[in-house]
Amino acid sequence: MKFFKNEVVVEFLEDKLAVGGLIIFLILCVFALFPSLFSYQNPYDLTQLFLKNSFQPPNHNFWLGTDEQGRDIYSAMVYGLRISLYVGLTSTIFSVIIGYTLGLISGFYGGWVDTIIMRIADIQLSFPAILIALIIMALWGEGIGKVVIAITIVNWVYYARTARGVVLSEKEKDYAQSAKALGMSNFGIIFGEILPNTTAPIIVIATVRIANAIILEATLSFLGLGVPITQPSLGSLIANGYQVLFSGYWWASVFPGVLLMVLIISINLIGDRMRDIMNPRLKR
Amino acid sequence: MLKYILNRLFHSVIVMFVISFIVFFIMFKAGDPVQLLLPPDATQQDVIEMRHALGLDQSFIKQYEAFLKNVAKGNLGTSFVYGQPALNVVFERLPATLELSILAMIFSILFGVPLGIIASIKPKAWYSKAIMFLSLSGISVPVFWTGMVLVLVFSVILGWLPSSGRGTVYLFTSAFTWDGIKHLIMPVLTLSFFQLALILRLTRTGMMEVMMQDYIKLARAKGVPRRVIVYYHALKNSLIPLITVIGIQFGQLVAFTIVTETIFAWPGTGKLIIDSIQNLDRPVVVAYLLVISFIFVAINFMVDVLYTFIDPRVRM
Repeated sequence: MKFFKNEVVVEFLEDKLAVGGLIIFLILCVFALFPSLFSYQNPYDLTQLFLKNSFQPPNHNFWLGTDEQGRDIYSAMVYGLRISLYVGLTSTIFSVIIGYTLGLISGFYGGWVDTIIMRIADIQLSFPAILIALIIMALWGEGIGKVVIAITIVNWVYYARTARGVVLSEKEKDYAQSAKALGMSNFGIIFGEILPNTTAPIIVIATVRIANAIILEATLSFLGLGVPITQPSLGSLIANGYQVLFSGYWWASVFPGVLLMVLIISINLIGDRMRDIMNPRLKR
Repeated sequence: MLKYILNRLFHSVIVMFVISFIVFFIMFKAGDPVQLLLPPDATQQDVIEMRHALGLDQSFIKQYEAFLKNVAKGNLGTSFVYGQPALNVVFERLPATLELSILAMIFSILFGVPLGIIASIKPKAWYSKAIMFLSLSGISVPVFWTGMVLVLVFSVILGWLPSSGRGTVYLFTSAFTWDGIKHLIMPVLTLSFFQLALILRLTRTGMMEVMMQDYIKLARAKGVPRRVIVYYHALKNSLIPLITVIGIQFGQLVAFTIVTETIFAWPGTGKLIIDSIQNLDRPVVVAYLLVISFIFVAINFMVDVLYTFIDPRVRM
């Protein structure tokens, strides 16, 4: 196991772009973890906002300008980054847990359990993800927790399918069969034996799908059905700034957009490299 | 083959039935459209009358039953907002959406496939790395952000292209008039950016996987020219999985017009669904989703049939 890990790490480090992506991602994570250290205004605290500062272009007081409420765009971006990352990570963790468990059960037991779970997945996959999320958000209204649940509902399917496929091939292998012969319970075989052996493909998909979850959240917020502007994510900051783009206040939407792009590119660079390393068909 | 087709059709009908039920239920729970439809000074009497006229005073089961009876007659209900049959409201706007999606797909394939091949032949060359980095930004950039940057550059700063509307429409499309084309450029680019990058990457991965297979090595050993190997032997086989993806992605494109149409005020179904969700116009939302899932099903079916023609191994 240790050898395997090292091999992956070594291969990962060979690609300079991927290493760059990892470094940028880690830096952004530090910003998101301690937003108050890196910003000079709390965008949630209305007592710190002054209307006389509204729509200032980038200057030495407000590096990246201000919005209509006099909110410093740079500080709002640091807090927005935190929310975007929070939504992306939590929704991915939830969908991995739910999707993976259901996929494992579905693949291991087969029969009607499998039929029901996979039928639900089929129906969901016959629809574009964004539509499902939009309808759910229309029912519930804006909110961070609600967006996390909506994205989880959309994304669990992908993990369930992958997990099911992996289990179907794993459960026939010797180690699973011998665990069964030793009288191990089904629960023990699924979570004690098969699970540890199938985590690699799931980790790869999860990395890529964090980026997708963040994009989905930003898109929902842009359409006005995501995170409210009172607790802005990068997406809602862009949406807010877009409304005044035609008046020439470009900084209110362009800077949050650039940060969102950098965040997603850095995640995708990592995910790309992981996928290349894990893809056995590209091995020479 | 006929049995297979019938089986698929039956399956699709069930899926659409389930979808209609779920969406109907969600929209039922989402709220009361009457409050949004009536002017703010409407009396309580008006509210009760309107609710009765739209059949909203009945229980959920009764309402869904009425809906199913209508469906049997080929009617998906009357829009609360537009007062027309919901299906007509959707179909009226469908050409504008399909126009965007089809043009975007053509554009993505035209550029995505060749660039993917170029990047696969010499993966270590600087231009391959440049193409791959650009494609990475292509899949990393949210659709709305691409649209916004285009609007900022070409409408706000340069003033070259109009930022909203469809322009002059001739024969169901804007593509035949200069004014229409000017309106089309930015929405199509916005919509195709992600698809182009995705198709490019899939072409590249597919080509690289095929190029490592034994029959390619054999062809090389036989002394077949490299050009023939790449564009004939390898490309042919790497295009097969691409067709499935293009099929699935077309459905995604139709859905992503929601974002594009919102940005460019394009009068298609995407803008319609956002408006309808906000107005709680249940018949239109249900009709739109059924139409979209029908398009999805139809495309998947066509892809499957196409497959049997292209790949002799699946022929029954």
